[in-house]
Amino acid sequence: MPKLLLFDNIDEPGLATLPVYERRGGYASLRKALSMSREEVLQQLLDSAIRGRGGAGFPTGRKISFLPKGDMQKYLVCNADESEPGTFKDRELMQKSPHMLVEGVIIAAYAGNISTAFIYIRGEYQIQADLVEQAIADASAAGYVGDNILDSGVSISLVLHRGAGAYICGEETGLLDSLEGKRGNPRLKPPFPAVEGLYDGPTLINNVETLATIPHIIRMSGAEYAKLGTEGSTGTKLVSISGDVKRPGNYEIALGIPSREIIYGLAGGPPSGLPVKFWFPGGSSAPVLTGDDLDIPYDFDSMAKAGSMLGSGAIIIADERRRVLDTALKLAKFYAHESCGKCVPCREGTNWTQKMLQRIYTGEATPMDLDLMASVQEQIIGNCLCVLGDAMAMPIGSMIEKFRPELEAEIEAARAANEAASLQDVVPMGVADELAGPLPVH
Amino acid sequence: MSFTNRPMSIPRYRHGSRVPGWDDAVDLTKEPATVPDPATTPVPAELRAAIEAAMAKYPDKRSAAIPALHAAQSLYGWCSPEAIDQVAAVMQLTPAYVTAVATFYDMLETQPRPIHDDVYVCTNISCSLLGADELFDAMLKAADGDETIHVSSFECLGACDIAPMASVNGEYIGPLDPLDAPRIVDQLRAGEAVLPDKNLRLRACQDPNSHSEGDNGNAPSSERH
Repeated sequence: MPKLLLFDNIDEPGLATLPVYERRGGYASLRKALSMSREEVLQQLLDSAIRGRGGAGFPTGRKISFLPKGDMQKYLVCNADESEPGTFKDRELMQKSPHMLVEGVIIAAYAGNISTAFIYIRGEYQIQADLVEQAIADASAAGYVGDNILDSGVSISLVLHRGAGAYICGEETGLLDSLEGKRGNPRLKPPFPAVEGLYDGPTLINNVETLATIPHIIRMSGAEYAKLGTEGSTGTKLVSISGDVKRPGNYEIALGIPSREIIYGLAGGPPSGLPVKFWFPGGSSAPVLTGDDLDIPYDFDSMAKAGSMLGSGAIIIADERRRVLDTALKLAKFYAHESCGKCVPCREGTNWTQKMLQRIYTGEATPMDLDLMASVQEQIIGNCLCVLGDAMAMPIGSMIEKFRPELEAEIEAARAANEAASLQDVVPMGVADELAGPLPVH
Repeated sequence: MSFTNRPMSIPRYRHGSRVPGWDDAVDLTKEPATVPDPATTPVPAELRAAIEAAMAKYPDKRSAAIPALHAAQSLYGWCSPEAIDQVAAVMQLTPAYVTAVATFYDMLETQPRPIHDDVYVCTNISCSLLGADELFDAMLKAADGDETIHVSSFECLGACDIAPMASVNGEYIGPLDPLDAPRIVDQLRAGEAVLPDKNLRLRACQDPNSHSEGDNGNAPSSERH
């Protein structure tokens, strides 16, 4: 394994403070970047071919180059509203090395000729928010943030904004509305945030991990960074593994290694010793894969080819003991709760999927419900302003497709149990059990 | 997860368009609420200072809506109509606008509550695979009848590595057992730190490569079985 970038000795005591970060070479990349022109810094990011670590995997350098040129008021927003179920990489990064993020934000803002930056952190991350706030204050006092940074004539302000608990605010336009002090409803696109974003100004939005990687790209040069990982997915990536594994946690991997190596090699596999039944490769919004898919290389393109996605790099493992139905209902409940209600397919689709799944438990469902549910998922995908609805539709759709026999068995078992219970009320004991057998097949 | 075998009615959501009273008729004889007059809306000095400090940080004062409501909630325990009026008076917005923001976010309380401790139990996928539902039930039972401890099940809190976990007044603790629930409640009542040995702050990075030779003895914690 090559030397780690983001997680290198991350548990060093005091790394969250400025003196330790500086002793380890912190803010040297900022000095180097400020000695280069904005175009040179941007070229380094383009050369690195780094793709956004938030979920969509869009090339970061190109995103910056889409910003209109000129001296108008532009904004940078760091998306630290990490709420995709299963994802907790940004939490560890911000808690243990907040200055790395601050340095990355300032370099990215410099490359995009941006003078105002925000970090939008989810409200639940109170400890992390305090640490980042302290880091910003210390960095400002040392002249790394604020007016005339390191006497270069460049001025960039940085403000930490705390959210208040809404999954949808991780969606970039919902985040912008929330940052503007409104309900966090996603906006119609276009115009894209790069053209018209925060306060109607051109806005660059990046994930914490992406921005924290930028100081390393500047230090080692974009071309060097591009040698890590695979051609389509360069660099290292933080993955969060949770669920049925022995060593849940964050790991920094070179993209392109086999998924089995992460799940069994790093995380130790299921503690029960049972085989993996299904797993989410990129947060709960990614279509599920099964135990047969463990040898797929872990990178953006291979995951897309396998019909899923790398997403935020959050792997959730469920072993043979787990019921698909339980996880499906958890998912549907979560997305129905978090739907902002702006688009009908998402608001109604998440809600009805939840009700249909609950009907399976109560024995009211029929196997035809699975077809109905699958068609509901199809009608959500691509028909809303944002991808929250899709984020439920894709995993639920894949569960129905891949675990149909199991779901049909659940439906039948609950139906039979329900029938037996109903018959207990109207017929004598003993006769009910006889009557409540499986339905005759015609 | 406990479901009976009998058909049951689908519960309504606690938030969104279906909060109690969502379909009550509006009293059209009343004047619509306008921006409260600062002269007739007294605001505690510390709340005013907190809101004004937040407003100064943004190009648009409305961006301070969430920080302002957080400040009001920590003062009153919930976003009461009076608290919303005070926020609206300082920010020069209508109470309707401030209410719209307050009702959107899960961490802002719009139901009456005394000043309380927040216990968020994560019941999302990773935590529920490892027993979060039992933990949540145990927490509810342990804090039953105590208005000053508010237990709620929450969206993924971003700590699946210590699943099943809970956030107690912002401190993440885990992995938890349903048997920990009474202890959490006792420690909250006594005003002590809650399960300090299970605090997330103590957890080392699990990546074996992140620890250089013999550095700080902060080796990854032992395996889960």
